[in-house]
Amino acid sequence: MFKTPDGKEIFVIDGHVHFWDGSPENQANIHGKQFIDCFYAYHTGFSPKEELWPKEKFEKYSEDDLYTDLFIDGPDDMAIIQSTYLKDFYKNGFNTIERNAEVAKRYPERFIVNGSFDPRDGEKALEYIHWMKETYDIQGVKMYTAEWNGASKGWRLDDPDAYRCFELCEKLGIRNIHVHKGPTIKPLSKDAFDVSDVDYAATDFENLNWIIEHCGLPRLDDFTWIATQESNVYGGIAVALPLIYNRPRHFAEIMTELLFWIGEDKILFGSDYGIWTPRWLVERLWALQLPEDVVAGRGVELTDQAKEKILGLNAARLYGIDVESKKKQLSGAPVQIAAE
Amino acid sequence: MFVAQVMAERELEVWDCLAAVSDPELDEPITDMNFVESVAVSDDLRVRVEFRLPTYWCSPNFAFLMAFGIRSEVLALPWVRGIEVHLMDHCLGDEVNKGVNSGRPFHEIFAENCDGAVLKEVVDKFLAKAFDRRQEVILLGLEAQGRAVDEIVGMRLGTLKRVRFTGEDELRQLPRYLDILATCDLASADEDLAFPTWQGQAIAADDLKDHLGRLRSTRINMEFSGALCRELAQSRYKEVEIGPEGPTLVDFMAGRVPPREITETGR
Repeated sequence: MFKTPDGKEIFVIDGHVHFWDGSPENQANIHGKQFIDCFYAYHTGFSPKEELWPKEKFEKYSEDDLYTDLFIDGPDDMAIIQSTYLKDFYKNGFNTIERNAEVAKRYPERFIVNGSFDPRDGEKALEYIHWMKETYDIQGVKMYTAEWNGASKGWRLDDPDAYRCFELCEKLGIRNIHVHKGPTIKPLSKDAFDVSDVDYAATDFENLNWIIEHCGLPRLDDFTWIATQESNVYGGIAVALPLIYNRPRHFAEIMTELLFWIGEDKILFGSDYGIWTPRWLVERLWALQLPEDVVAGRGVELTDQAKEKILGLNAARLYGIDVESKKKQLSGAPVQIAAE
Repeated sequence: MFVAQVMAERELEVWDCLAAVSDPELDEPITDMNFVESVAVSDDLRVRVEFRLPTYWCSPNFAFLMAFGIRSEVLALPWVRGIEVHLMDHCLGDEVNKGVNSGRPFHEIFAENCDGAVLKEVVDKFLAKAFDRRQEVILLGLEAQGRAVDEIVGMRLGTLKRVRFTGEDELRQLPRYLDILATCDLASADEDLAFPTWQGQAIAADDLKDHLGRLRSTRINMEFSGALCRELAQSRYKEVEIGPEGPTLVDFMAGRVPPREITETGR
């Protein structure tokens, strides 16, 4: 729960968190080391100094760290844990659904665990989707179209194999498809940040919600154009939001474009924990006023009501969460960490 | 002593010419971005340039464009007898280094390593973005001077060259804007339109606002990439191991010593 300076309580769903193991013991090769090092550079480059973690904690933080940073020190009421396998880089994977489900177990009322699959696995991907639904009753998945798989250096949402997987998702009621479209890990060479595949997939699967993480940056204009055409496309602001710290004007410009094109009902907050912790992000987002000369000509406003939607109400709608009854449930079950 | 001085001057000459190579995605000189790690000139006038990108994962097509850009700028210096370009710490470093130093045509190597991408198309796409960004700065500068829309869209190149700007951005971008107009055959004579679109059309007065909206989108994307590149480049090698005696001169020269205090780069 986030309490505004004038005492209002804001329900927060953190739409994008991770529980990874990037430690040297788990790294399978140089790519694994470079991957977590790159994440750490994002962390050190865009966090306020007082929020910096030592490298060792960043490589592998504990379950207690996660609960504390999100729910005790942090303002989150609930968090959506995204799964990222990266089995080519990490011996036991980076943050698999098993690992995520395990950490969510202690406070199941606070977590939504999303799965992941790779359509290039063909039949196996379909079996895996069935297995995730049966085992964890997932409601969403996280897709990485730029991930390596054997000789393939990436895939598109509108590939035939992908369509078979999305048909199955629709059938099983896995309705929220989060797609990483942003700064990429080993991007496709021809057009690293192409978002055009979202257009096809969103049109052909109207019953699925397409949450485009990092709002397609640095292809914001393409993303907003597509999102404007499709009623089932949303934008997640993880990775864009931390710019609010040392480039607040630039973040205000991004927010202005999002409000103008896709509107306050379709923007979702995410911290991308453990790259960043949610407290300072939420505080700064709440305090943000869009400069007049930035919104000039766009005629948009970032009202308290809009912020409340972005911070939690929009995600609640997508995941079918009744906010009032959830608040009651959570106030009766506080997060507690045993003192060491 | 004299020989050493000549060699040092040659190294400086190489550094100067490298400023003409830009990061294609950001339209910023690689020397301003601190991508160039070292320049060495051997006794037999062969040059070795080492460069490094903000992350191990930076897009290979950018890496290839910069590597070949370095090669062609250095080879344009009259005294240079050979060039070796070396990209450090990159997931496709071996392919880039082998390709750029092979002497084979760039477009062949590019297509081989970048999923058949056509070099000219990629280059044109980045030029278009650079054009947008430079033009926006000048257009906004003229608007800020209170000039009328008709005057701006109808302005001739000769007039633009005589405009006095005072803003830092405008002063930096004006020569770069004039340069891209000339090299892309968009405007070179004084009577040519100073503000054509990238397709070479005049901007209608009614359309200036929308046109600026499009340029703004290009800039927001480029600034996002620029923000990432700058911060990641600065952070990447912050975690360094320095020996028990403290850093040596070599560490300083190689840029291996982190700044004592990280200065805020907000703007």
